[in-house]
Amino acid sequence: MDLNLVIALGIQIIYGIANLTLISLGLAIIFGMMRVINLAHGEFIMLGGYTVVISTNAGVNIWISMLIVAPVVVGVIGVLVERLLIRWLYGRMIDTLLATWGLSLLLIGLVTSIFGASTATTISPPLGVVSIGDYTSSAYELLLIGITVALCLIIFLTLKLTRLGLIARGTMQNEEMASALGVSTPRIYMLTFGFGAAISGFAGGLLAPVTGVLPTIGVAYIAKSFITVISGGAVILAGTVSASAVLGGVNGIVSFLTGPTIGEVALLFAAILLLRLMPRGITGRFFRKGL
Amino acid sequence: MTFNKNRRRFLAGASIALAAPAIIGRVQAATDDIKFVSILDQSGGLDIYGKPMVDTTKLAIEEINADGGLLGRQIDLKVYDPQSSIQLYTQFATQAAAGDKADVVHAGITSASREAIRPTLARFQTLYFYNVLYEGGVCDFNCFCTGSTPAQTVEKLVPYTMNKWGKKVYVVAADYNYGQITAQWVQKYVSDNGGEVVETEFFPLDVTNFGTTIKKIQAAKPDMVMSALVGGAHVSFYRQYAAAGMNQSVPIASTTFGIGNEHKLISGEEGDGMICAYSYFEEIESEANASFTSRFKDSMGDDAPALNELAARSYEAAYLWAEAVKQAGSIDRMQVIEVLRTGLSIDGPSGTVAIEPKTNHALQNVYLAELKDQSFNIVESYEAQPPTDTLLVCDLVGNPNQSTFYFQNGLEAAGIEIQ
Repeated sequence: MDLNLVIALGIQIIYGIANLTLISLGLAIIFGMMRVINLAHGEFIMLGGYTVVISTNAGVNIWISMLIVAPVVVGVIGVLVERLLIRWLYGRMIDTLLATWGLSLLLIGLVTSIFGASTATTISPPLGVVSIGDYTSSAYELLLIGITVALCLIIFLTLKLTRLGLIARGTMQNEEMASALGVSTPRIYMLTFGFGAAISGFAGGLLAPVTGVLPTIGVAYIAKSFITVISGGAVILAGTVSASAVLGGVNGIVSFLTGPTIGEVALLFAAILLLRLMPRGITGRFFRKGL
Repeated sequence: MTFNKNRRRFLAGASIALAAPAIIGRVQAATDDIKFVSILDQSGGLDIYGKPMVDTTKLAIEEINADGGLLGRQIDLKVYDPQSSIQLYTQFATQAAAGDKADVVHAGITSASREAIRPTLARFQTLYFYNVLYEGGVCDFNCFCTGSTPAQTVEKLVPYTMNKWGKKVYVVAADYNYGQITAQWVQKYVSDNGGEVVETEFFPLDVTNFGTTIKKIQAAKPDMVMSALVGGAHVSFYRQYAAAGMNQSVPIASTTFGIGNEHKLISGEEGDGMICAYSYFEEIESEANASFTSRFKDSMGDDAPALNELAARSYEAAYLWAEAVKQAGSIDRMQVIEVLRTGLSIDGPSGTVAIEPKTNHALQNVYLAELKDQSFNIVESYEAQPPTDTLLVCDLVGNPNQSTFYFQNGLEAAGIEIQ
């Protein structure tokens, strides 16, 4: 194996990890902060993809539609969903599970009936190819790694340094105390859900040019993002990133050595092993004080 | 789990209980409409294949009905959506045979779904048409497989592309029976033509990140990639392949690309140069095809999807069945099967399609085409190709009493050794 292949493969594995982080962050925020299991998470990602395709086809610059329009649109949808559906079900985990599953089917059905079973996603980002010796990677994949790192930083700084982040963390830790101190907790829940949805939409928008959009594409994401978030444990950022690193790394290396089928099996096996050894996720044992 | 098991047991019991009334019921229903049941995925990951098939089936039935129906009776088309779930296939097949007492069932997209329902329909003695290209090897007196098989398409595609691009082939395929068996056919035809398969990789249907595989392809430096990928998620492969600039250096041939209208989903630059072989392309230049495509567009309006082998063959298969009913003068299953097995043929948009009686497969035209700007340019065509793959293992003339899928465990059944 020559050095170039090692580098190219290394980038590919980091991309796999970034990809897993990107699709899981929105879910991690909603689950980690609000204890709401959002089974419509995959469909939020799908809606982000559709938003990008539609707005780009309507003449909006592709970067604006990916970086701004997709998170805003899906964030607004998230706020609506929280107001109309989720807020009636706080503390009732099984009920939210069912309700969001229903929502997921509804969204798939709606998008299929509006746009049809398959949609032309002929958008592609105007970025070329990066060569490493004989190997080539898409420059867009490198950009996605960068964007994922930036996104993690922004979430970290928001939670750590801003007043809103402080209030949000306080509300999640002790709702009654926060409310006694004059915080409007329903509003915080609404914003947190919207923020989580916006990040899912952002992920979907960024992935649309590499995976394409289909009404059913959410199904391909939901299982993996759930496994990542659960393996990560309660701490949102450190949990998601560390779980993505373990699972994405295992998946990438095993896929290269054997093949994608065994690669997927290895990912699931790693998750089972992880949860057997650390039932409360990675952050149940490490980075407990993290964010 | 226990719930499922019990339900399955219940269904099995109910099937047996319902089998006897089904036969009596059919006699009683003789004055009613003829029942044509279609079971095709219109939601879930396989809907990119199923929706156009349902559209063309509807068109065929509407046309036959507008033409006065069959034997002076109208055809009642009932469409079930199994939602890309095998469990629902079994359920709907039982419903179609026992509940609806269907006179004919056209159903199934993946080989997995076909194998789930074929035994059920054989047991209920309900005539069954499977209209999708597949890996070959079904030998069933009750089942007509009208789609193309590897000996008709892959056998042409492999030498053509190897002559054009080179002898080192990298195979990527979907991880279920179609992909596994088709990969073996590719292997056979590549070595028959003096080439080498450097690597074969299988992908579960929900994989969307193909990065590592693309690196492996770059490391293996093949002359071409042969793809038998299936479903919506796998379309990502072609986009990521192009994004890494690979479509400029290592071209792709495919046994599946285009039958889910994938060529309309990705851009011209991403797809240009791919080569495929099917028994139908929308771009075929013939009067019959021009008339078919315009009738289809008229009936669907602006929403008309692109037409492909699956859609066109669903249409033609409905007509094949209708022609057999007409000639038999009856909807009795045995009489219809006998007429079909005389080598019955119709002229459809793809050309002449005729039943080959040893296998209940179809003699059909095959076209090789290269993708350019989201359209296929036909570069070669071959007339009346026989299903020689299935002919290796199947002789329904010699022994009609068969209902077997010979390639279940690969091509060993045909005496083909794959290293």
